[in-house]
Amino acid sequence: MNEEKLCAEVENNSPHSVKKRIRNDIILVLAIILFASIALLVMLALRSEGGAAVVTVNGKPYASLPLDKDAELIIQGEDGGYNILVIKDGEAYIREADCPDKICVKHRRISYSGETIVCLPNGVSVKIEGSGGGVDAVS
Amino acid sequence: MRYHEKRFNVRRLVLLGTFTAIALILSYIEFLLPPIWSAVPGIKLGLANVMVIYVLYSLSLKDAAMVSLVRVFLSAILFGTALTLAYSLAGAVLSLAAMAILKKLGLFSEVGVSIAGAVLHNLGQILVAVIVLRTAEIGYYMIILTLTGILSGVFVGLVGSLLTKYIKFDWSKQK
Ligand SMILES: [Zn+2]
Repeated sequence: MNEEKLCAEVENNSPHSVKKRIRNDIILVLAIILFASIALLVMLALRSEGGAAVVTVNGKPYASLPLDKDAELIIQGEDGGYNILVIKDGEAYIREADCPDKICVKHRRISYSGETIVCLPNGVSVKIEGSGGGVDAVS
Repeated sequence: MRYHEKRFNVRRLVLLGTFTAIALILSYIEFLLPPIWSAVPGIKLGLANVMVIYVLYSLSLKDAAMVSLVRVFLSAILFGTALTLAYSLAGAVLSLAAMAILKKLGLFSEVGVSIAGAVLHNLGQILVAVIVLRTAEIGYYMIILTLTGILSGVFVGLVGSLLTKYIKFDWSKQK
C-alpha cells in the first residue's frame, strides 16, 4: 500500500508522459550542445596571438621570453626539478621535464594570450601574455 | 512532508548513511580510474551522482543534498586535497541546484535531470579551475567536458532511475 502511495506520488510529480519527457530530454541535450558550441566560438573569436611566454615558479616571476625569437630555457623548479621550455615558430612548449606525470611535456604547443602550460609537481607555469608583434591586435 | 512525520527516524538515518557510503565508494572507484583530463584534478564522470539521483527521486532534495555534500567532504579528506574540495564542492552545488530545478519542472525524465546535473558539475569545476589557474584557456575544454557530461549523465541517469524504480524502502517504518 505504501508502494502504491509512492507510485501515485511519482505520477503526480510528472504530469508529462514518458514519451514527452524523453523528447524534452533530447531537446535539453541539443540546447546544451548548442550553448557550449556558441560559448566555444565566442572564446575562439576573442583570443589573440600572444607576445611573450611568461614563466613563473611557485607563483614568482622567473623569466619572460618573446615568442618571435626561437629560444630554449632550462627552468629550475621545485626541489631541483627542471623543465626545458622551447620557443619555436612563435609557439611555446615543454620539451623535457623530470616531473613524474609529464603532463607539461604532453601539453600541446601554446601561442595564444591566456594559454598556459602548468607543471604542478615542479610548481612551474608558462603563460602566454600580451598581444603579438608589439602592435595591439585588438582594436 | 511525509518523511518528516516522525521526529527521529533511525531507519532512515541508517539508509542515508549507507547511500552516502556507497557514493563514497563510487568516488573512490573513480579516483582509481585514469582522469578524463589530467591537467585539472577532479573532473570526473560523477558516478557518485547515481546515489544523489536515487535519493533525490526516492526521498527529497534535502536528503540528496546531504548525501552529496557529505560525500564531497569525505572524499576530499580521504583521497583529495583542499583544491579538489573546492572543485568538487562547486561542481556538487551547481549540479544539485540544476537537478532540483529541472526535477521540479517535471518536464524531463531522470536521464534529462541527470544530464543537466553532470554538465553543471563539470561547469562548476571549470569555473573554479579558471579562478585557481587564472587562465581562460580551460574554457576551450568546456565543449569536451560538456560532451562527456552528457554521456555520463545518460549513464548515471539510467542507473539512477532503475534504482529508483526497483529499490524501494519504507522510509518511515519504525521498529
Ligand atoms: Zn610536468
